[in-house]
Amino acid sequence: MRLEAKQLSFRYAKGEPPILEDVDLRVGAGERVALVGPSGCGKSTLARILSGYLEPSAGKVLWNGNILPKKGFCPVQLIGQHPELSVNPRHRMSKILCEAYTPDADMIAAMGIESAWLSRRPGELSGGELQRFCIARALAPQTKFLVCDEISTMLDVITQAQIWELLLRATERRGLGLLVITHNRALAGRVCERVVSLPEINCAL
Amino acid sequence: MTSKDTPVLAVRELQISFSMYRKGLRKESLRVIRSLSLDVRKGEIVAVVGSSGAGKSLLAHAVLGILPSNAVTEGEILYKGETLTPALQRKYRGTEIALIPQSVDYLDPLMRVGKQAACAGGGPEAQRAARAAFARYGLEPRVERLFPFQLSGGMARRVLIVTAVVARPALIIADEPTPGLGAEAATETLRHFRQLADGGAAVLLITHDIDLALHVADRIAVFYAGTTAEIAPAEDFKRGRDALRHPYSKAFLDALPQNAFKPIAGAQPYAGRPPQACLFADRCPERTNACAGAVAMRALRGGEVRCIHAT
Ligand SMILES: Nc1ncnc2c1ncn2[C@@H]1O[C@H](COP(=O)(O)OP(=O)(O)OP(=O)(O)O)[C@@H](O)[C@H]1O
Ligand code: SF4
Ligand SMILES: [Mg+2]
Repeated sequence: MRLEAKQLSFRYAKGEPPILEDVDLRVGAGERVALVGPSGCGKSTLARILSGYLEPSAGKVLWNGNILPKKGFCPVQLIGQHPELSVNPRHRMSKILCEAYTPDADMIAAMGIESAWLSRRPGELSGGELQRFCIARALAPQTKFLVCDEISTMLDVITQAQIWELLLRATERRGLGLLVITHNRALAGRVCERVVSLPEINCAL
Repeated sequence: MTSKDTPVLAVRELQISFSMYRKGLRKESLRVIRSLSLDVRKGEIVAVVGSSGAGKSLLAHAVLGILPSNAVTEGEILYKGETLTPALQRKYRGTEIALIPQSVDYLDPLMRVGKQAACAGGGPEAQRAARAAFARYGLEPRVERLFPFQLSGGMARRVLIVTAVVARPALIIADEPTPGLGAEAATETLRHFRQLADGGAAVLLITHDIDLALHVADRIAVFYAGTTAEIAPAEDFKRGRDALRHPYSKAFLDALPQNAFKPIAGAQPYAGRPPQACLFADRCPERTNACAGAVAMRALRGGEVRCIHAT
């Protein structure tokens, strides 16, 4: 199982300079890779392309050698930097949590999700509380690869360490691959086996 | 009546509760901030760190007067010695007191960002100030013509900062200003806050990035479950766990990836079921039978702590 980016290029509009150009990247089964680079170098854009939220302008994303499925559940799941932007503000948390699958009680407890939060709407939770739902939601049984885009900067450091402990356990047990975008070098060193610098593989820069 | 020693911001015994409707018509009151007291003086940066959901953002929103309508507050918030009433909050908001919000969706999605920044200052002066501030934060002039959805996370964050500081407020409340900025830009932002403070502003800096905070802050307040566990000089955080007072602050440092990366188990108590004992008791390695009562804040070694056993 592997996730590959082949000669990916991306521009937001015709005539604008490309954000990504000829990006090649390969992450193997169960591998944990950190993606680093300065603000605005295209990390989040790449994350969205790799998880099927954006179409590349050129090049392709391959999962086990095949194009990502256009319909249905995507085996590559993205957890983003802004949980408030990745949930429907009108839905209750119970509905948001169960969008892809129904997490069991163990998962809910391990994420530190209080049952009383389930009846609230996103605006009634703190940023860190909301992010726990997004992480639980992404850990569906069908998930094979996680792209984590600055997922823990809005969590307190104890919760951060707890969540990474849990994510590492889950990835190990299920053999998930992991691409971790972070500005925190110490965190990258703790969580990942290999560090890739996007400016070095992005010909647009 | 403001003397030199009057804090710019003084929070006294603040409590915030939410009245929420449970199943049927039963009403539940959820006390999310309990007995919180904190000062920020002119020229000072006070960093607020602590558990997610501890009430950091709500404190910011209470000062600005932008809590949701089902929130009930008790206690007092003083600005330069004057009680902040809703009328005063409206008057000072965006001019004397500025908020850099945690969520990037506070930007007006329908207005070009350059205009938003200039509007915050008012007048033609502001236009120039906004442009200079954009440049200082590495935002090219073309960015001014963009709409919020066209910005990267880090750019949106910088626009929020520019929008807040353009009017040269006396009190700046920054709620997680650095996520998504990148190490250099984050350091540069905090250095700018330091300059604003040195120029006389009072800064309340809410952040999870304690590592960055302790290099610019004068004091650090550690929040837990809606109250302060410890308030200490930033120096003590640099010296490490043994210089700190509260077991939660020590656990906080131990969890950092550059330290042990070892989290203590458990979560902060849910506001709907507060324990009678010390709020940290169920996770505390130092707990004894004496911790069963409510614990008050007390002065200790040039700081303050809410723990009966701290030395
Ligand atoms: N509108 C609301 N109704 C009910 N409860 C709320 C509401 N807004 C916030 N809360 C609760 O108040 C508590 C404090 O929230 P707050 O947003 O201040 O946390 P925070 O310390 O800023 O956390 P984070 O570090 O995760 O941003 C949380 O437990 C949250 O669930
Ligand atoms: S009062 Fe007791 S339980 Fe609370 S932090 Fe101190 S030692 Fe721990
Ligand atoms: Mg917050």
